[in-house]
Amino acid sequence: MTQRIIKGRTLIPDEWRVVEKDSALIPAGERIILPLALWSTTKSREQYGVWLDSEQTADDLTATHSADLLNDIALIAINFPTHTDGRGFSTARLLRERHGYKGELRAIGAFLRDQLYYLERCGFDAFALTDKGTLEDALRYFSIFPTHYQNTADQPLFKRQGY
Amino acid sequence: MYQYNRDDQSLIDARVEQFRDQTQRYLAGQLSESEFLPLRLQNGLYIQRLAPMLRIAIPYGMLSSRQLRKLAHIMRYYDKGYGHISTRQNIQLNWSHLEEVPDILAELAEVQMHAIQTSGNCVRNITTDQFAGVARDEIVDPRPWCELVRQWSTFHPEFAFLPRKFKIAVSASKEDRTAVYLHDIGLLLRHNAAGEIGFKVLVGGGLGRTPVIGSVVREFLPYPHLLNYLDAILRVYNQFGRRDNRYKARIKILVRSMGTEKFTAAVEKEWQHINAPLVDEATVAKLQKHFPLPAYDRSLSDDLLNNDNTIAQDNSAFAQWMTHNVMPHRQAGYAIVNLSLKRTGMAPGDITDDQMDAIADLADEYSYGEARTTHEQNLVLADIRQSDLPALWKRLTQLHLATANIGTLHDIICCPGGDFCSLANAKSIPIAESIQRQIADMQKLYDLGDIDLNISGCMNACGHHHIGHIGILGVDKKGAEFYQVSLGGNAGFPPSVGTILGPSFAQERVPQVIESIVRLYVDQRQAGERFIETYRRIGIEPFRTHIYPQ
Ligand code: SF4
Repeated sequence: MTQRIIKGRTLIPDEWRVVEKDSALIPAGERIILPLALWSTTKSREQYGVWLDSEQTADDLTATHSADLLNDIALIAINFPTHTDGRGFSTARLLRERHGYKGELRAIGAFLRDQLYYLERCGFDAFALTDKGTLEDALRYFSIFPTHYQNTADQPLFKRQGY
Repeated sequence: MYQYNRDDQSLIDARVEQFRDQTQRYLAGQLSESEFLPLRLQNGLYIQRLAPMLRIAIPYGMLSSRQLRKLAHIMRYYDKGYGHISTRQNIQLNWSHLEEVPDILAELAEVQMHAIQTSGNCVRNITTDQFAGVARDEIVDPRPWCELVRQWSTFHPEFAFLPRKFKIAVSASKEDRTAVYLHDIGLLLRHNAAGEIGFKVLVGGGLGRTPVIGSVVREFLPYPHLLNYLDAILRVYNQFGRRDNRYKARIKILVRSMGTEKFTAAVEKEWQHINAPLVDEATVAKLQKHFPLPAYDRSLSDDLLNNDNTIAQDNSAFAQWMTHNVMPHRQAGYAIVNLSLKRTGMAPGDITDDQMDAIADLADEYSYGEARTTHEQNLVLADIRQSDLPALWKRLTQLHLATANIGTLHDIICCPGGDFCSLANAKSIPIAESIQRQIADMQKLYDLGDIDLNISGCMNACGHHHIGHIGILGVDKKGAEFYQVSLGGNAGFPPSVGTILGPSFAQERVPQVIESIVRLYVDQRQAGERFIETYRRIGIEPFRTHIYPQ
């Protein structure tokens, strides 16, 4: 059965495969997400996705791949080794807001549906969610809060309220 | 005080439903223990020795009479009829039932209260001066700024899963009453030479295992940049703070390992990218409107308080109360009244449901319908007409809330300790009581002057033992409860961390040891010198040789 992920708040089939971090081999085939180290050794980077682990920053990616070229990458994924490791939230915002990445930004790993709201606010638009419960039910967690105080890519609430 | 608008209310209502859903999933086995852990912590729910503990936020320490009554009701209906005032503008309930917590949160939301981010590895509730708006030494009212930071920190999407807890305090007066130097971020509100408002920014202070006084990362941050600068600090911490060892995960360890200079450079660099100011004069003016001064009678004068000398010479209970529990107010003719929660026989900081209801009535009758909690774990009626003081004193006496011991050695800051807390090495409440009983004579107590005595049941330092003039820490010695004493800590300006006196003591010895320490102070003090001043002059050695004779 094809895996499904959430993308743009809908469920879609997904065929991308994530290659382990310590792997030195690029498997044959299409739709492959490589760990940063391996990915940076390939010539045709654009055809692959790349994933960052939680200790790898947006700067680690732009150090190997000019920020101007980020939008050529097929997709960028950020791993959450545990649901309590919040580094990926900063990485996502930096890729979106600082480096102007507009392509698919996918959360992978051990995050929870309870975090979808924050993840989306930080710029993720795709979610390979694996926690307990159905993917259909997970969709309601995007709209758990009716509004928000902070600015991310938008204005803070006090500004939107005319303060 | 701040009144919620529709957006604020909709957010805390949504939070209640979110937690209801999470609790149900946990109870149904859909969320594991470790998955549920950060979710419940971010709603103030700890699992303690005997039952879950719920920590409720009291923004800026202020409670309306309606909120007081709601808390009394919750304590009565869902708990065992009492609550515990913490040092950081929270109230803690010790006997909640997990299944009922969503209902408790829903009741709190009805009166604009919540337990959001009162624990967990996130930005905790912002604390400030308990006497904001009424203190004579206030530079600027900190509360509008706290509200701005509260909004920024509430459900911040990027910083909800930090390496460790993160505490912010805002101090805005000449004396510090917030332990601002002992916070992950301390903000000192001040004017620059041009008269503009801004903040001195301190980072990396904290208590716990490794007490550290915060470092200055910026002498003056103009206020329009406040939120961006906080974002920059948190972003550096979120990315680079240690996550492999929880004892090394606080920002103080990051600041220390990078060095203040490098850390500051990293923050400033991050900030350069995001420094478009978010806050302007109009924002501030609107926020200020949420904290109007009460409708004081401006024709009054300081009649009663001006009679300081007569009161000081009078030994009546009322005079003692006036001297110790009543403080001067910004507005002529008014006074700040401290309600002591340190009566011997009551756990320090504990308050009953009936007292809470009664205080709500007193607040309505005498203090514009508001009360406050303090860092020292007492309550305050902040806007009392001086002519009402005798009547108020009578009422407080009946409620056992007029013990005239504010600021004295009996006014002990004390964590719940081994009686409640599962992390404790030792009990702390009985230690506090035994010290109060050891020095029970009030005249002797008054003669000792102001002394901060702080007790923690373990290294987590919830009782702030590091910054007590006298600090007591519960330690485990081969399974027995022992107590380590330190001297010379100070929470206000200038802040200092106490020095350990020597080997720890068995429980029964602690009261005598404390008495010997203060005796030595009395012997050594020069005229007018407080305990901490004598200590600073003579150092720890005389105390050591006195307590541990060879
Ligand atoms: S200091 Fe230790 S014993 Fe006391 S409340 Fe905190 S964790 Fe518990």
